[in-house]
Amino acid sequence: MVNLSGDEKNAVHGLWSKVKVDEVGGEALGRLLVVYPWTRRFFESFGDLSTADAVMNNPKVKAHGSKVLNSFGDGLSHLDNLKGTYAKLSELHCDKLHVDPENFRLLGNVLVVVLARHFGKEFTPDLQAAYQKVVAGVANALAHRYH
Amino acid sequence: MVLSSKDKANIKTAFGKIGGHAADYGAEALERMFLGFPTTKTYFPHFDLSHGSAQVKAHGKKVGDALTKAADHLDDLPSALSALSDLHAHKLRVDPVNFKLLSHCLLVTVAAHHPGDFTPAVHASLDKFLANVSTVLTSKYR
Repeated sequence: MVNLSGDEKNAVHGLWSKVKVDEVGGEALGRLLVVYPWTRRFFESFGDLSTADAVMNNPKVKAHGSKVLNSFGDGLSHLDNLKGTYAKLSELHCDKLHVDPENFRLLGNVLVVVLARHFGKEFTPDLQAAYQKVVAGVANALAHRYH
Repeated sequence: MVLSSKDKANIKTAFGKIGGHAADYGAEALERMFLGFPTTKTYFPHFDLSHGSAQVKAHGKKVGDALTKAADHLDDLPSALSALSDLHAHKLRVDPVNFKLLSHCLLVTVAAHHPGDFTPAVHASLDKFLANVSTVLTSKYR
């Protein structure tokens, strides 16, 4: 459960309504793969990930980034029950995908950086703080069913 | 994780663009860190941490100036940061986890102010730079 005030929830949703989820999703996943290249280990079927340009223009990266961020958006509608919302995905990431939950934290922080890049001054320190709580909550929820 | 020649070029270019704003960005990054990661405030019980605090501004300048100096000495960070390294090891003893938190907030600040220049490659180089600085600053901890 994330501990957000009413104002913080409004601010989070307010910003999210302006986010081009498909675009930002592709950029966030792409930057994860560029800045932390070891994360490419999960995406060997995606084709050319050899350079920053190849990654950022890769259609599978964009598609998958969009999928991931749409799922993140679902979480925003259920901030009071992230663990329940992500239970199945958590099991999937553990049992089938074998993803170290540290990667959820890395991606969450890359998303925060991308939001800052897109929104500039509007992404105030207070708004960032609210989003840090959200990304931490989502990462924890996705790790919750690991065993 | 070693800085390639491309990384070094990216870092120098980035600091060229940051220019005289390093102090402001340092202060903004600190503010973002104190709000986003409240545990970091435990190192500053003697500070006024409210928005616009003169102490945070001054401390941000210290951080910004140190990073600017580091960017000018990429081939010898341990030597350039030796005094700061001693300070952090023997006096400040900031837990190593916190360097990642401030580094993240520095990236957020640069991204917010330089959206066009903050390409994925530059993002990667700056992240590596901050990780290297952090490693040097914690290198004498034990």
